[in-house]
Amino acid sequence: MAFTNEQLERYSRHIILQEVGVKGQKKLLNASVLIIGAGGLGAPAALYLAAAGVGTIGIVDADEVDLSNLQRQVIHTTNDVGKAKVKSAAETMEAINPDVTVKTYRTFVDSTNIMDLIKDYDFIIDGTDNFPAKFLINDACVMAGKPFSHAGIIRFKGQLMTYVPGEGPCYRCVFKNPPPKDAVPTCKQAGVIGAMGGVIGSLQAMEAIKYIIGKGELLTGKLLTYDALKMEFHTIKLPKDHHCAVCGDEPTITELIDYEQAECDLK
Amino acid sequence: MADIKIDDTVDITDVVCPVTFVKAKVALEELEDGEVLAVKMNDGEPVQNVPRSIKEEGHQILKLEDNEDGTYTLIVRKVEE
Repeated sequence: MAFTNEQLERYSRHIILQEVGVKGQKKLLNASVLIIGAGGLGAPAALYLAAAGVGTIGIVDADEVDLSNLQRQVIHTTNDVGKAKVKSAAETMEAINPDVTVKTYRTFVDSTNIMDLIKDYDFIIDGTDNFPAKFLINDACVMAGKPFSHAGIIRFKGQLMTYVPGEGPCYRCVFKNPPPKDAVPTCKQAGVIGAMGGVIGSLQAMEAIKYIIGKGELLTGKLLTYDALKMEFHTIKLPKDHHCAVCGDEPTITELIDYEQAECDLK
Repeated sequence: MADIKIDDTVDITDVVCPVTFVKAKVALEELEDGEVLAVKMNDGEPVQNVPRSIKEEGHQILKLEDNEDGTYTLIVRKVEE
């Protein structure tokens, strides 16, 4: 595949980088990333991955754009209120970069559909806002041998880690089980500063890009936390748990689980 | 100096910074280790910057010829990382 002059110009700032170059940009154009959730995290991740020229981007979300989303979900505009989030996100990504093929899945992930959704993708981004989905994505990616980026944001705080099969812990090694229903507030109840999605979602895009081009170090075996009020980033080293219920030596979870959603999050 | 065998040539006089270097870099990536590329560029900014950028990537600059028509030809040997 040869670059057109237009592509040389579009990706010039990437191609100039020694770590990306022609080879890295071609890897990006040939890569596929699935973003689960077109919200606070998924929006900036999708924008940067589309701009970077990731050739195929899948986006999963069952919701419609709500006015209360626009404070942080920067891929949608006021005119998109009421539209399916995946459609709105796809339109923005295609407008940014016609090199990108966007695939939309208007659904929530659950134990019946997730394996089929992730199977054709090189890297998965967890941009969801609830524990049942986060554990489901983790377990599915472990079982399917797919790398993924976990992230969570609330109030002025954010965190992320990256799972790569065979390298370091999975989300369940660290967090074991979902907290009891309503033990941890959601963004809806607790609030979240809009730019937090921009910081952490962009870091998720960065992890996906580094994984694709094969350069640098990923957040495998590490949890990065960000406190915006203190303006502090910390990286905590995390070991793999050999007794982990899903990725350990003798896994006890061999089928996907649909954990119950907290009542207040159900419409 | 004996004539150097040129394996490929690229003309970057039709583009401006930073695509000048990008176009040269793309041409270099197509070559095998040790092969030689001739890069035709305009006087001025490209002559100042493109050879330096190529050198920073680890390639070997063999010579820079003045074509005496406002352009220069840079002869580079590809050095694989």
